[in-house]
Amino acid sequence: MPANAFTPSVYRVARRRRELAGVVTLELAPLSGAPPAFAPGQFNMLYAFGVGEVAVSMSGAASDTDTFVHTVREVGAVSRALGQLRPGATLGVRGPFGTAWPVAAAAGTDVLIVAGGLGLAPLRPAIRAILAERARYGRVTILFGCRNPGEMLYRSELAQWRRRFDVDVEVTVDHAEPGWRGHVGVVPALIAQAEFDPRETTALVCGPEIMMRFVLSALRERGVADEHIYLSMERNMKCAIGLCGHCQFGPAFICKDGPVMRYDAIAGIFTVREV
Amino acid sequence: MEGLEHILQEHPFFAGFTAEHLRLVAGCARNRRFDAEQYVFREGEPADEFFVIRHGRVALEIAEPGRAPVVFATLGQGEILGASWVVPPYRWMFDARAVALTRVIGIDAACLRGKCEADHDFGYEMMKRFLPVVTRRLHATRLQILDVYGKR
Repeated sequence: MPANAFTPSVYRVARRRRELAGVVTLELAPLSGAPPAFAPGQFNMLYAFGVGEVAVSMSGAASDTDTFVHTVREVGAVSRALGQLRPGATLGVRGPFGTAWPVAAAAGTDVLIVAGGLGLAPLRPAIRAILAERARYGRVTILFGCRNPGEMLYRSELAQWRRRFDVDVEVTVDHAEPGWRGHVGVVPALIAQAEFDPRETTALVCGPEIMMRFVLSALRERGVADEHIYLSMERNMKCAIGLCGHCQFGPAFICKDGPVMRYDAIAGIFTVREV
Repeated sequence: MEGLEHILQEHPFFAGFTAEHLRLVAGCARNRRFDAEQYVFREGEPADEFFVIRHGRVALEIAEPGRAPVVFATLGQGEILGASWVVPPYRWMFDARAVALTRVIGIDAACLRGKCEADHDFGYEMMKRFLPVVTRRLHATRLQILDVYGKR
């Protein structure tokens, strides 16, 4: 990474994969050298030249040292420009930034991963790291919710995880289509039925904030302590190093104190509307 | 009957029920089985039973003329199925279809309502269990309607 945290390094799109309508995964390789190491949960600032920068979490395995993998939803001018980049195109990358999922600290506990929609992307590096060292963890459960079966992110990888005997994977959709034989309903509802020891569980949660509020309620109902719940928060990040204040979240900045935050640290402000 | 009481006791809905209350429920209960694609009940039919799901999965759906039925929720092991048994005029509001082999305990609604009326302590205990289930589903439905996953 350049000495100045505001100076992007130039990367090229090594691979591009259309995940869903309006969602692409970009594999980015530096023009020279290797990308810096990152921890699951961290993010980069991706700069579409001449358009602007956005924060996007890593969605590839941290063990992959050749490229950064990012899954981008095209929602604004910058993310649309990023989504249209083809293999060979260049972009700027600053990072990695932010806090990480407690992958190492969760060893020895049951791990409950709750993802909604594109929230599965920042969790994927953590899931891959946990599955790579599966024996270090207790029961591992992945609960994933999305709008409908057609909007299921990483469908083939979810199927691979589901085929394993050492992981419980449940997928639910808000709206079913004819032929869908899985769960229908919101993802927090799956928590009541999931098998884990609430006293010895680390919960990793990522998705729309509204969904996370309902997930928190369901986790607390099962008896999971606030200090064992980790959320990946989203705010409008600009500088990514806690200077500009765009992502201020009460006394914290999401870019440097997050995006992964332990719930007990933010419980006092999580539901404050003005924050 | 003792077998049914034991099964009911193991079900989350009845966790903490007294032996006497369990006996009252079991007196109205019977084991039932539904094969995949078999309908447990259909909209408009008398809601003369409610169901404690032991395992399997049931889809709640609404039929729409000229279209495939719309599934709006699925229920599985550890959950209960059916609220219309407790609300006049005791008619099912939706269709319920087993999507896999499903084993349930069916509880006769008239029998249970009668016992709730006769023993208000028991009736109040049933309602204390039942209302949170209905409320949770209402909240979940609201979240579903919000359609939180898309572009906002």
